[in-house]
Amino acid sequence: MEIPYTVQNRPDTGIYNAKVGIWLFLASEVMLFGGLFSAYILLRVGAAPGEWPHGWLNVTLGTINTILLALSAITTLLAWAACKVREFGKFKFFHACTIVLALTFLGIKSYEYRDKFMHYEVQLQPSAKNRAAGEFADGHLVAKSGDFDLAKKTGFIKLHGHIVKDRKELMDLRSPEAQAAQHEELTIAAADIKKMENYAPRHNTFTAIYFTLTGLHALHILGGTLVIFYLWGPGSRMWKTDPERFTNRVEVSGLFWHFVDLVWIFLFPVLYLT
Amino acid sequence: MSDSEHPVDLKSYIRRCAAILFAVVCTTSLMIATSFSHIGNGWAARVAIILGIAVVNALLVASYLMHLLSEKKMVYALLVFTVFFFIGLMGLTLWATNDFPPGTAIH
Repeated sequence: MEIPYTVQNRPDTGIYNAKVGIWLFLASEVMLFGGLFSAYILLRVGAAPGEWPHGWLNVTLGTINTILLALSAITTLLAWAACKVREFGKFKFFHACTIVLALTFLGIKSYEYRDKFMHYEVQLQPSAKNRAAGEFADGHLVAKSGDFDLAKKTGFIKLHGHIVKDRKELMDLRSPEAQAAQHEELTIAAADIKKMENYAPRHNTFTAIYFTLTGLHALHILGGTLVIFYLWGPGSRMWKTDPERFTNRVEVSGLFWHFVDLVWIFLFPVLYLT
Repeated sequence: MSDSEHPVDLKSYIRRCAAILFAVVCTTSLMIATSFSHIGNGWAARVAIILGIAVVNALLVASYLMHLLSEKKMVYALLVFTVFFFIGLMGLTLWATNDFPPGTAIH
């Protein structure tokens, strides 16, 4: 059975069917991300003054990822343009660039996630040596002794960080006080730890919405990369039998990729800069 | 991307893409500079400026990379509905921001 309007435009819509489909899908995606953005707004506006984290994310890495995605959006467009002018070799080159850029984006995002999962807030026991009540250590986990067990109070951990007297000191990491904090290697015995928690999604509402928004976006990047890889690899066989239809497939996947770039254009300032 | 029947010139596309990449780099730099500056006398004003720049950035991508400047009526019709519902979604959110049940402690 032949599928109609894969190449020719439908007389009533003026475009081929896959294009109508992708735009309808993108409309639903706008509402999906819109719902999450509105959740972010409610959480952000509802936070008590001084209790919403600021400067917790690495702006340099976020900027590099922004440029990588913009570049990949451009190589996707050029891959489609190469198909239109029947230059299959250039299509292969531009799509390969897109895949490399997308994988680099995901690599950087994974590094950022790892950084958050290795970052610990360690509440100290009031009885801990040389420590005042309510103090805690904040920093990245460097090492953990083999016998470390928080429940049995055995062993120790090493953190690269600093001692904090009040959690509010950590809320604005761009403040002069936070910038001036001296980070050093801290060895903390399990017996001195009241509670320790990494900066995972459960840490607070900011990390929860950060991981939800960027995680969903990363899944879209992964899905888009798989589709682009298919079109670059096994799916490119269609070029020999039906180049027009193949070009339309590249166009549709490109539209999805541009949407993913658009989402990041808003995610970057909202999470990293405000 | 654009209507398929228009002829494509790869060189002109590369030139256009270079211009868009330059614009994206400029707008991103501007957002970062605004974020680290004391422009706007307060957090809310800075956020408004940064989001304004992000909208310009998004319009550039949508207009030129997604070819929304030269699309068919059907696509625009779909987008009108999308924008309508998106505004509704955000509007309801903002409307609900100060909608607390009686007796709620507000800090």
